Amino acid sequence: MTSEVQIKCRNIWKIFGDNPKRFMKRHNGAPTAEALKEGGYIGAVQDVSFDVHAGEILIIMGLSGSGKSTLIRCITRLNDPTAGEMEYEGRDLLKVSERELIDIRRHKMGMVFQSFGLLPNRDVLENVAFPLEVQGMDKAERVQRAKDMIELVGLQGRESYFPRELSGGQQQRVGIARSLAVEPDIWFLDEPFSALDPLIRAEMQDEFMRLQQKLKKTIVFITHDFEEATKLADRIGIMKDGRMVQLDTPERIVLNPADDYVAEFARNAPRERIVSVGTIMKPVDPAAAGSVAQSAKIGTVAEQVLTADGPLAVTDETGMIVGSVTREDVAKTIFSRDAA
Amino acid sequence: MTDATANGHKVKTDAAFKMPSYWASVFAITLLALLFHVIMPGVLPDRWWPEWEIPAEEWLTTRIEWLKSEATIFGIAFKDITRAIGEALKAPVKWAEYVLYRGHANIAWIWLAIILAGVVSYVSTLRNAFIACVLFLSPIFLAFFLGDAAPEAITSLPKTLSGLLKDIGAKALYGPVPWVAIAVGIALLGHWIGGWRLALLCALSMVYLALFNVWKDTMRTMTIVVVAVPMAAFIGVVLGIWVTRSKLAARIITPVFDLMQAVPHMAYLAPVAALFALGPVTALIATVVFAMPPMARCTILALQTVPEEIIESGKMSGCTRSQSLWKVALPSGKRTLMLGINQVVMQTFAMVVIASIAGAQGLGHKLLYSLQQLKLGTAIELGIAISVVAIVLDRLTQGYADKETDHFAAVKSWGQQHKHMLIFLIVLVLTYIAAIWFRDVVIPPSKLVYTGAEGKVTLFDPKVLARWMDGGIREFNKNAFDYINPIRDWVTLNFLIPVRNFFLWMPWPVFVFVVGAAAWRYGGLSVLLLCLSLMASFIVTGFWEETMKTTYLVLIAALLCVLIGVPLGIWAARSDRFAKILMPVCDTLQTFPSFIYLIPAIMLFRVGDFANVFAIIPYAMVPAIRYTYLGLKRIPQVTVEAAIANGTTKWQRLWKVELPVAIPEIMLGLNQTIMMALAMTAITALIGSTDLGQEVVRSISTQNFGRGILAGFFIAALGIIADRIIGSWANERKKQLGIG
Repeated sequence: MTSEVQIKCRNIWKIFGDNPKRFMKRHNGAPTAEALKEGGYIGAVQDVSFDVHAGEILIIMGLSGSGKSTLIRCITRLNDPTAGEMEYEGRDLLKVSERELIDIRRHKMGMVFQSFGLLPNRDVLENVAFPLEVQGMDKAERVQRAKDMIELVGLQGRESYFPRELSGGQQQRVGIARSLAVEPDIWFLDEPFSALDPLIRAEMQDEFMRLQQKLKKTIVFITHDFEEATKLADRIGIMKDGRMVQLDTPERIVLNPADDYVAEFARNAPRERIVSVGTIMKPVDPAAAGSVAQSAKIGTVAEQVLTADGPLAVTDETGMIVGSVTREDVAKTIFSRDAA
Repeated sequence: MTDATANGHKVKTDAAFKMPSYWASVFAITLLALLFHVIMPGVLPDRWWPEWEIPAEEWLTTRIEWLKSEATIFGIAFKDITRAIGEALKAPVKWAEYVLYRGHANIAWIWLAIILAGVVSYVSTLRNAFIACVLFLSPIFLAFFLGDAAPEAITSLPKTLSGLLKDIGAKALYGPVPWVAIAVGIALLGHWIGGWRLALLCALSMVYLALFNVWKDTMRTMTIVVVAVPMAAFIGVVLGIWVTRSKLAARIITPVFDLMQAVPHMAYLAPVAALFALGPVTALIATVVFAMPPMARCTILALQTVPEEIIESGKMSGCTRSQSLWKVALPSGKRTLMLGINQVVMQTFAMVVIASIAGAQGLGHKLLYSLQQLKLGTAIELGIAISVVAIVLDRLTQGYADKETDHFAAVKSWGQQHKHMLIFLIVLVLTYIAAIWFRDVVIPPSKLVYTGAEGKVTLFDPKVLARWMDGGIREFNKNAFDYINPIRDWVTLNFLIPVRNFFLWMPWPVFVFVVGAAAWRYGGLSVLLLCLSLMASFIVTGFWEETMKTTYLVLIAALLCVLIGVPLGIWAARSDRFAKILMPVCDTLQTFPSFIYLIPAIMLFRVGDFANVFAIIPYAMVPAIRYTYLGLKRIPQVTVEAAIANGTTKWQRLWKVELPVAIPEIMLGLNQTIMMALAMTAITALIGSTDLGQEVVRSISTQNFGRGILAGFFIAALGIIADRIIGSWANERKKQLGIG
């Protein structure tokens, strides 16, 4: 992960109600929860700040009504935020003209929607080619590009099907192909797999990871499913009642939840698949035998550690010993939910 | 009044504690006032004081006169503007007439241009073909745009040509499109849209029209339909888009549409006829104005119901505002838009039939004439023709709305994809060739004659059939009148007349008080003020008596509609098998133009209030059935299951659970029933009545348009009063029940 910041959000507010801008001003730009309630306003997004780094998968997680969908719509400017600052590659996203915004959407951004948002009157090929069509690409070229995208998501042979003739998983593949057709730099996914059956969802998650390994996009991904978040994310931002309560790596969220709300999510998370050996290791122990990789998730080495008689040495990528791990450490991490 | 007290009882039985006293006091005051009126007649006014009457009618009439003679807009005389509009609209009507049934030298010229373009495009390029075509058609363009100013040497070319064509025997070319070609075309369209069944329906309908010698009249009617539909659809879409884009437009247009919806068909004719001379152009304008709001409504609905994510996905794909509208929103709402087209077509057709009283030729005109002459056989033949056309138009447009493109379209060859078009073109060419020898291919013969060796034998003559039916009906009536007449007279004397007399006897303050009490109770101050001013409008202008006659007719009809319709709806909700029969019947009843409901009424009961009520019921009953059915069907399954689990019998479930939950929906049905009954009173006026509807109809023939416009407005006013009160009640009740 590079640390280059692609999107910068500072103190984003989105308030629904009657003349929200005036309301914000009256409360000096930071209304309290009571003030919102009293005035009959809904603070869908409240004072949220974060950066999206180039090439990372940032997952924004929260229950329905926590403001995550509103937040992503603020960044894409499908909804204009009530207050705050947003920069995209150094440009002020809130000050760009209509024309520039359309241009950014045409070339830099791609978005996948929960209920797919496919155009019912167009077949698969026309749906995928749609963003290219509106930017005025000539027909032969956009058809070729669309066909490539359809192949990328594994839907070749269905080009002339209409959305209603496809299953949910297939429809979302079309949505993905369409969002990738313009070769965006940043890819927004709004609960892309929530409308799918659990089996299809797992399949699509794997598909998504496969694509991402190939494409290496910057991704902002919304979900209400903590397991999905831990499976896919580089970093997770957890939202509650419009506020971002914690933004961290999955490991740290599981091991150091910022508050009870986050802890509640983390409690049932499959830690063995989230926490890596390096996170729980102790200092180098000369008595340690054998070795496990520092970056390995503990689930993959659990058997090795638990069946060993003594502590195991932990090695980094170069094979150098950087610490040790014991049976107790692993067992505690996996089974004792309140430990660490 | 009936509905107001009915509401009171509803509230009394199942709502809060204080309400009975409200309605009890209203009831008591009303009763006291009426008693007082019995004891001391003349104290309470039964009509407005003549010296305080507002002469709205004369005022309107002089305004119209002024508009027609003196008014100017930006220095241009108003009458010149209307004349220019009239002239501009005459052209497309004329062309539709040429093509559909009249024929004209210009048609031949256009055929030659098409043939020429085909030849040129074959030997040269498409572009040259286009240029050749335009050059060839220039005489027509010149004549069209310059009128008499165009050099006659050029404009007379088509006429000269037609003379030449006649000499070589090819006069079919300047005739109208042969009926065989149109009929086959409609059947092919039916096949393309709905497969063999629809094709068969279309073909049989066309054969009926030809066989019963109503083809030409059908085409006369269709002339206005084919011109009005695109105009109404276009204006409707534009207005619809505007409303969704501008709050100001929404604020102006929505209430206007609400008013327009309440105004009966007939009433559109008076103001248009006031400004334009009677004839097809008046019919066209009234039709467009009448048929446009549904298109606008459907456009608004289509745009507002596109899922938010689809709009967003369009935006994220980089659509500009106009791309978002034309490429995303409108195509996504295609089905709703097509249903809008369906409504426009149906409304247009219904209106053109009615516009016969303002000088539109065609089916409606003939039907009106034969009804007035009591030629019932012919009337039945025409009525069937109108119904048949309505069904074909409805099925075709609805089928097209439901039609889905299949994904094999890309695999098929061009010929396979366009086979219907190709067959039609072949049939067209063949019929034109056949028309050289057989005149009957162009316009159907008035009767089927077989010429054999023994001379001519008439196989089928619609006139003979009509006469035969006339005889049959006369015979039937002669016998049946012994039974029908006593019933009709008894009901009229003991039920209709007393109710009517009551409404006429009732002092107007009582009426205002009862309606006002209901408006205040359910709609609050704004509805009360609206209702008061609407009632004031017909009281102070001297229309009290006519308005009460309409009120009485509509209330009786609505009551009967509810008494018949609600049980039918309940039955349909209970039995899927019955619903399967009843719902298509309802659909079909709504498809027919209201005009044809006069035929059975006149046939059985001649004229009078009984016949009027009888004509209103089948037309106005449909919403009562449909809303009851839907209201019951929409009750959540768990509610019904809970009632069953609680051990209710079928009847208990109906009375204690289902009806109370469905009652808001049923009341909305009653609301629609009243609206349709009001619209229908203006139609029944054609067979004789003395209410507002009659004023509208008479105003057109007597050219007293001020009176007609006012009467039309008052019918709408009654509709709006009923709509606001019942609507507010139903919405309130829905909120209390936590539905809708």
